[in-house]
Amino acid sequence: MRAFFFLTVLMLCGSTAYAEDLPVFNLTLKNHAFVPPELTVPAGQKFKLILANEDPSAAEFESSDLDREKVVPAQGTITIFFDPLDPGIYNYFDDFHADQTTGKLIAK
Amino acid sequence: MFAAALIVFREVLEAALVVSIILAATRGVSGRSAWIASGILGGVAGAALVASLTSYLASLFEGTGQDILNAVICFVAVVLIGWHVIWMNKHGKEIASELRRLGHNIKEGRSHLSMLAIVVGLAVMREGSEVVLMLEGLWSGSSTPLLLGSFLGLILGVAVGALIYAGFTFLPIGKLFRLTNGLLVMIAAGMAAHGANFLVQAGLISAHGRRIWDTSHILSDQDGLGQFLGALIGYIARPNGVEVLGYFLTITLIAGLIFWVNRPSQPLSNNRM
Repeated sequence: MRAFFFLTVLMLCGSTAYAEDLPVFNLTLKNHAFVPPELTVPAGQKFKLILANEDPSAAEFESSDLDREKVVPAQGTITIFFDPLDPGIYNYFDDFHADQTTGKLIAK
Repeated sequence: MFAAALIVFREVLEAALVVSIILAATRGVSGRSAWIASGILGGVAGAALVASLTSYLASLFEGTGQDILNAVICFVAVVLIGWHVIWMNKHGKEIASELRRLGHNIKEGRSHLSMLAIVVGLAVMREGSEVVLMLEGLWSGSSTPLLLGSFLGLILGVAVGALIYAGFTFLPIGKLFRLTNGLLVMIAAGMAAHGANFLVQAGLISAHGRRIWDTSHILSDQDGLGQFLGALIGYIARPNGVEVLGYFLTITLIAGLIFWVNRPSQPLSNNRM
């Protein structure tokens, strides 16, 4: 069963590029706020988001709209990949401070 | 304080659910409590370890180390849970006596129980590391309400888990194992879906379609019953292609292996009078 999963992953890998040349967008967490609070990205295109956490405590980038959930350590940086999005507004938040730290991704 | 309580409660409940189901699934096996308890302790230690290594992990694999680790944890759990379910079905005919035999058959029993202990440990580790990191983050404020809230969340999570286990004990053992097998298959399927999404998050595979269906207006998976079902049967309100694929592929694979393992050409196992 382990072999099966490995093979499936390989097959799926073959159908996409682990691309180094994707458009890159930067997001920062500072004083428990996303900077910029609204980020515009192109719709219909893969991209990657680099999230830098400048706060002294860990945060978790989470979005049901975007189907993403990832911890970013204090003073750390993470990379999150996104498949092409339909035009629209996507909400995300810091799950560790869900009520105060929110942001929007606007795809157009 | 309540924010901390709620977050800790949710995470603890997800782990407690897996623990209760596995406890119920091993009812009657001697020594299983010790194994499961050590699984929990191992998971707690693992959670603290993962939390402390977060910065290092995040930097691995070009910023996707965490996703890779989470994906590996998910897939390992899928394999171990699947193994247990297939084994239980194979030896299903005289389950109660079989399990007592398992408890006494030290070698076979130990390897089986250690696998389940690992599953428990992985569940605790995954949820626990999030709790540790979140608590670390909130620590910068005043810590007493934080500690109280976390403790409250922990107690409540364990209590609900215990209630669920108690509910299981009312079932006769044959029905109980059928139920726990069914639940474990769905838990495994849900973990496969999550594992697949971690690989998408890491940019290793494409999602192959977003929002295959959208039932978020019927039942959101963000909180309440929807989130509980998410932990129990792997419910996702707006799954992408690989999540759906992972989920149903896992169920099909486990069911297929159960049928294959139980195929009629097998000689009957030793006749127990």
